[in-house]
Amino acid sequence: MKYIWLIILLGIFSSCKQNKSDNKASANKVETAQAIKINTDSIQLDVYDFNGFKKFLNKKDDKIHVINFWATWCAPCVKELPYFEKLNKTYKDKQVDVVLVSLDFPHLYETKLKPFIVENKLTSKVIALDDVDMNSWIPQINKDWSGSIPATMIYKNDKSEFFEQSFTYETLENEVNKFLK
Amino acid sequence: MKTPFLVSIMIITFLSDFNSNTTTVNDSYKIGDVVSDFKLKNIDGNMVSLSDYDDAKGFIIAFTCNTCPFAKAYEDRIIALDKMYASKGYPVIAINPNNPMAQPGDSFKAMQMRAKEKGYTFPYLVDEGQHVYPKFGATKTPHMFVLQKTKQGNVVRYIGAIDDNYKDTSAVKTKYVENAVDALLKGEEIKEKETKAIGCSIKV
Repeated sequence: MKYIWLIILLGIFSSCKQNKSDNKASANKVETAQAIKINTDSIQLDVYDFNGFKKFLNKKDDKIHVINFWATWCAPCVKELPYFEKLNKTYKDKQVDVVLVSLDFPHLYETKLKPFIVENKLTSKVIALDDVDMNSWIPQINKDWSGSIPATMIYKNDKSEFFEQSFTYETLENEVNKFLK
Repeated sequence: MKTPFLVSIMIITFLSDFNSNTTTVNDSYKIGDVVSDFKLKNIDGNMVSLSDYDDAKGFIIAFTCNTCPFAKAYEDRIIALDKMYASKGYPVIAINPNNPMAQPGDSFKAMQMRAKEKGYTFPYLVDEGQHVYPKFGATKTPHMFVLQKTKQGNVVRYIGAIDDNYKDTSAVKTKYVENAVDALLKGEEIKEKETKAIGCSIKV
């Protein structure tokens, strides 16, 4: 019985925690880039269909690859982007490679996505995945992924984990560290 | 004897409560499950339940909202589904699962305005307290569930996307929801019972 109480307490605790962080997410809602005059000439955005994108999921180079699926319109995604940026900077020497995969609508690449990259000074690699037949490729990334974002895949050679959730810097770092061991 | 008896009653009560809690979190509806009815507030202020629909053969449940770009991309197609299938016994019931505290653009007032602007022909319900969407296992907007009314209750027959092209209605190759409802109307097996699509996570 002790254990059941423990589980329940943990359950209550974790759900409260999640609500709290989610509320915070809305309060801190980062402004998405406006269609104003921002010079985006320096931004080279590679756009892939799923076939072209697959190569990012199958690298066997002993590096830890952190693949984050996001979009400028997704508030919880935008909220956690700084953690991926920090991870990329902090762990660069430790063979960790971050790729931010934008699922923004293609007609907004120029007016939303590129200005967002410039304004937020993103230093991680940003690519765009544009493939409408989502039912064909979502299960190929992870069979349990329902398709909600943010979502993140972390892999090293043949070992892979998938997270359909938001991260804090601590929880993200913790997951990456499991691959470092 | 008395105390252990009381304690065991408490334990049983508590365990059953605990079980129902986990049901909502982990054991969301799968294909073939009977759903429990809900009673949710519509934008006109009236409460709506599945049991209100005496003549329905089933339902097209759409978890959707005002704010998600994918939900917006599919608004007109959800309206079209209701126009096409309500008269055939499969009306659309839209449910907004987002907490307006977390997503102000999905407030009751905003829902009323959006439904008016778009001319919604179906109820647009508020999942107040966010209790219904976890039972369905909805994770995002838009997220569709086709139910069939049977003697056992309303059975989940399809879960997933509306079709295979959010960008361009005219370029759609497979209309998943239409195919599912058509199959049910003909008494045939649904070919694709579950599909995946990118959507906005539900804001709680």
